[in-house]
Amino acid sequence: MQREGAIGIDIGSTTFKVVVINQKKEIIFSNICSTEADISSQIERIFESDLSKYRDFAIVSTGYGKELVKKATHKFTEITCHLNGVYEEFHRGCTIVDIGGQDSKVIKCSEKGELIDFVMNDKCSAGTGRFIENISTRFKIPIERIGGIALSTETSQNISSTCTVFAESEIISLLSQGSRLEEILRGVHLSLVRRIKSMIKSIGFEPPLVMSGGVALNPAIVQLMGKELGTEPAISRHPQLTAAFGAAILGIK
Amino acid sequence: MLKRLKHIIKAEVIGRTVLRLSKHLDRRRLRKRQHTKKDSIFGPPLISSADMKELMSLHYLRGETTTRKVAWVTSGAPIEILLALDYHLFYPENHAALCGARKVSTSLIEDSEDFSYSQDICSYVKVNFGGILKNRYPVARIPKPDLILTCNNICQTVLYWYRVIADIYKIPIIVIDTPFVYEKVEPHQVEYVKRQLDESTGIIERVAKRSLSEKRLNQVLLLSKEAVSLWLKILMMAKHRPSPISAFDTFIQMGPIVDLRGEESTIRYYKRLLSELEYRVKNRIGAIRNEKYRLLWDNLPVWFMLREISTTLAKYDTSIIAATFSYAWGELAPLMDESKPLDSIANVYLQVLLNRSTGSKLQTMKRLIDEFEIDGVILHSNRSCKPYSLGQIDQRNYIINNLKIPAFLIEADQADGRDFNVNQARMRLEAFIEQLRERRCKEKVQ
Repeated sequence: MQREGAIGIDIGSTTFKVVVINQKKEIIFSNICSTEADISSQIERIFESDLSKYRDFAIVSTGYGKELVKKATHKFTEITCHLNGVYEEFHRGCTIVDIGGQDSKVIKCSEKGELIDFVMNDKCSAGTGRFIENISTRFKIPIERIGGIALSTETSQNISSTCTVFAESEIISLLSQGSRLEEILRGVHLSLVRRIKSMIKSIGFEPPLVMSGGVALNPAIVQLMGKELGTEPAISRHPQLTAAFGAAILGIK
Repeated sequence: MLKRLKHIIKAEVIGRTVLRLSKHLDRRRLRKRQHTKKDSIFGPPLISSADMKELMSLHYLRGETTTRKVAWVTSGAPIEILLALDYHLFYPENHAALCGARKVSTSLIEDSEDFSYSQDICSYVKVNFGGILKNRYPVARIPKPDLILTCNNICQTVLYWYRVIADIYKIPIIVIDTPFVYEKVEPHQVEYVKRQLDESTGIIERVAKRSLSEKRLNQVLLLSKEAVSLWLKILMMAKHRPSPISAFDTFIQMGPIVDLRGEESTIRYYKRLLSELEYRVKNRIGAIRNEKYRLLWDNLPVWFMLREISTTLAKYDTSIIAATFSYAWGELAPLMDESKPLDSIANVYLQVLLNRSTGSKLQTMKRLIDEFEIDGVILHSNRSCKPYSLGQIDQRNYIINNLKIPAFLIEADQADGRDFNVNQARMRLEAFIEQLRERRCKEKVQ
């Protein structure tokens, strides 16, 4: 029996994403909210409110909290979901970069949308979105503005530290020596981009580069990544929802 | 005399009886589990495990009160001369692995760091130092050494590790230097190692206060060869579908081949295990209930995560059925020749996996992939074991590009649990299985 559509739920370490698609694979509902401490209650509440009208829909979950979605018909990793979400949009082989709050992933997708290889950064927050987030909080710069400020200059300060915590003290030291904040912020972005670049190189870069995940909304990351790799990155239509969308696509499949 | 009496009563009479009783209880429990847990994702447990527990526990128990001379040795050390001179052998590496499997290694590592040993040092070393320096042995007490025999065919760290031990206990240390084998073993390399063995024999005899009997050395070598050949046969059973034994089983079952090769009890045990595996093959009993994907593991196990990794995989009908680590203990069996003991020992210990080039390891992996019909490879990039982890990115790329099967690297440590994120590791494993599944679906369509 064919269902009316599918619900994709991506429960990450910081955000909870839901996407509902119809049989034509069009998004008919989406939502992003913070992941709460009691995830099970949050899931129940969302099913009773936002998702109550989508009764005859396949449910696919992904993310760190995927096992908690008891109603899920299928569960997949974010790797497979990102891949399917991006492939549905671009329909071609590519290298996907997903910079999340807790980890970063580089996924190689074949021309037919199959997973060729993937690599993840999970040990060090200096290779994840958390790096930018910390700097933004520490220097009281809104996260939406930080990328723009970094791009307002062409020169950058080298951030040598390999650790988010130590980077803070390095930045303070640079400021006390009279370095400009813009240059420091550009250096921070460049440092993250170079970490991701080595991950991309480690599995062999196959253009085009598609960026997904919340950090893809940061213009400095996108521009500097393009510059470092000598290619213009494409951005997934709804970067933060890519995995949830991919999960829903798998529900239709 | 009193010490000897204490040993006989504690280990040989009381200990043996208790362990025998415990073995029978374990066997009964395991048999019961074979019948009751029919819905488990795993196959029925190996009944022989009860015998192995008895064998290894007795070895550790004997060590506590032994009146024999005690030698601490590295896993790749030529132990046959020591055994022929009746030494009781203790393997700190094996003990550290045991601490890892019982999930007590991390606290011992932290203990050794209290004494300023760096976080970057091999975790086996620190488990060993932690126990000695704090006199804390949560798994089993270890016998004090009279002599150390170390061989750098597995890594250079062992030299520094055992120098510290020799200094603590003020005992002689013998270092057997094995030149690296780039392509094939050269006669001068064998001669060089043989000369060292010859020279060491004098020290080993002096500490043992007895002379080496050539007849006894030949006997030990023969026993060693038989044990290693049996071990190889056990590993080869995994070629069957479904595999009656997983690599996780072999990581545990390799205890006797590491600690007790050259002993008759090991041969008896492995014969028993082999016959249980033959029964399982005949009756199509697998290590996991529904084997769909067969994997190869490279490097040492993540000892403290054996259960978690095997469960995650088994949930998706996936089993690691072969490992370069377990295979390393069996592949050299044909080189053992009791008619030329010293030549043979030199030749064998020169060619252990980690003393050969990375290309040679890749060839071993390639052979295992073909012979065991492997669907994918997991390479454990092990923070502690640099020689084993060297070249793994190239090896992974070769496997993906040339052998056309999925392979991925997982970063962890053999015994230090502090840098390991279970959830992220699980996610990686699941993504890898999804990759295998997709590949299988594609093959079916074609």
